Amino acid sequence: MEATFPIACRPFGQDYVLPMNESVDHMSELPLSELIVCPKCDALHRISEVGPDEQAACARCGTLLITPRPLSFLHVIALSFTAMILMIGAIFFPFLRISAQGLSHNSSIFGAAMAFSEGFLAPLAFAVLLMIVALPALRFAALIYTLWPLAANRPAWPRSAQAFRLAEALQPWSMAEIFVVGTAVALVKVAGVASISFGPAFWAFGTLIIVTALKNAFMSKWSIWEAIGPR
Amino acid sequence: MNVLTARAAGLIGCTRCGRVWPGEASHCGRCGAPLAPVTTISLQRVWAWWFAGLIAYVPANMLPMLRTATLGHEQANTILGGVIELVAHHNYGVAAIVFIASIMIPVAKFIAIGYLALIVAHEKFAGSHRHLHLYEVVEFIGRWSMIDVFVVAILSALVQLGFVASIHPGPAAASFALSVAFTMLSAQNFDPRLIWLPPLGTDKA
Ligand SMILES: [Zn+2]
Ligand SMILES: [Zn+2]
Repeated sequence: MEATFPIACRPFGQDYVLPMNESVDHMSELPLSELIVCPKCDALHRISEVGPDEQAACARCGTLLITPRPLSFLHVIALSFTAMILMIGAIFFPFLRISAQGLSHNSSIFGAAMAFSEGFLAPLAFAVLLMIVALPALRFAALIYTLWPLAANRPAWPRSAQAFRLAEALQPWSMAEIFVVGTAVALVKVAGVASISFGPAFWAFGTLIIVTALKNAFMSKWSIWEAIGPR
Repeated sequence: MNVLTARAAGLIGCTRCGRVWPGEASHCGRCGAPLAPVTTISLQRVWAWWFAGLIAYVPANMLPMLRTATLGHEQANTILGGVIELVAHHNYGVAAIVFIASIMIPVAKFIAIGYLALIVAHEKFAGSHRHLHLYEVVEFIGRWSMIDVFVVAILSALVQLGFVASIHPGPAAASFALSVAFTMLSAQNFDPRLIWLPPLGTDKA
């Protein structure tokens, strides 16, 4: 029985893996902290230095294991603060304005969620507020809490692991970007009947989406976990 | 390709942070996440949320999604009714968008998750990259279905022009939101490591 430890590294754009022939027996001598497991297919990989032009992808299924060219912790903190400030602006300024036949009406993001606040749809208003404002804000706060001491090369604050795990778990449920695309669909629907103009909150929210996407794409989860270290 | 998996090596991997632990560990010592062994038992949770999503999807299609009042004339539209209305007004582009986003994608999602959950235990399909891609597409697209709920919220908040035009949300918005959330939970509970479960390389079932 011969097993291979694929090296967790491959250069950008090239599809080759360097198999390291090592027997399973050798496993027991290898400290577990030198291994990384693919979350999608369970394949074991040995962690190796990832160079600036390399990324670590799973040798079997191609899942990205270690992000290439990651942002520094300080940059992630800066992006998270920017996002929080944009979010505060986005909530309190007018978002969209509609006018038709001499009538006009303004709505803020808060107002959009509150559209569901009548009667039995009220829980939905709460859920929408969670998805577009509260959860994204909580994610940024948890990230800042986790990374603040790490950026200064200090030991992680207590419960950092939980905070970062929470930030990761909230990702699918924070839907600010979907809300922005939703406004575009809504605009198409009323385009024939009324004219619509964007308020400052729309642009703040739009910028927020870009900041969030940047942060998600270039934040190295792996190096954050390494920095948090064992509890 | 001959690959050693954590399971075959008697270890257990954390799917949250990638750290590897001895097989008997129950929680990840680094991130604190519970460690789940690769087993088809986890599919029970997938099916439970899948059925919950399907049940919520029925009223989402039967009840009105939007109530529109224009110049004193009130009208309540279901999702499908809205599409038919758009077609009747020769708004084929918007009709296609709404049809794809609100009807085709949710239905395709139910089929895809159900298919994956059924097929994944079959040895014949072990290690199918196509199944992994299908799972990744479902996982990516799932949350985007919530867009309909947001569109209803934006339209209802914005189109408040008194007698000229006003839009109010219908009860289907709530059941549609629930259906999307349940299918997201169903997809999240699907363990993609099951795609490789039967023997492959040194991974013995
Ligand atoms: Zn993999
Ligand atoms: Zn972990």
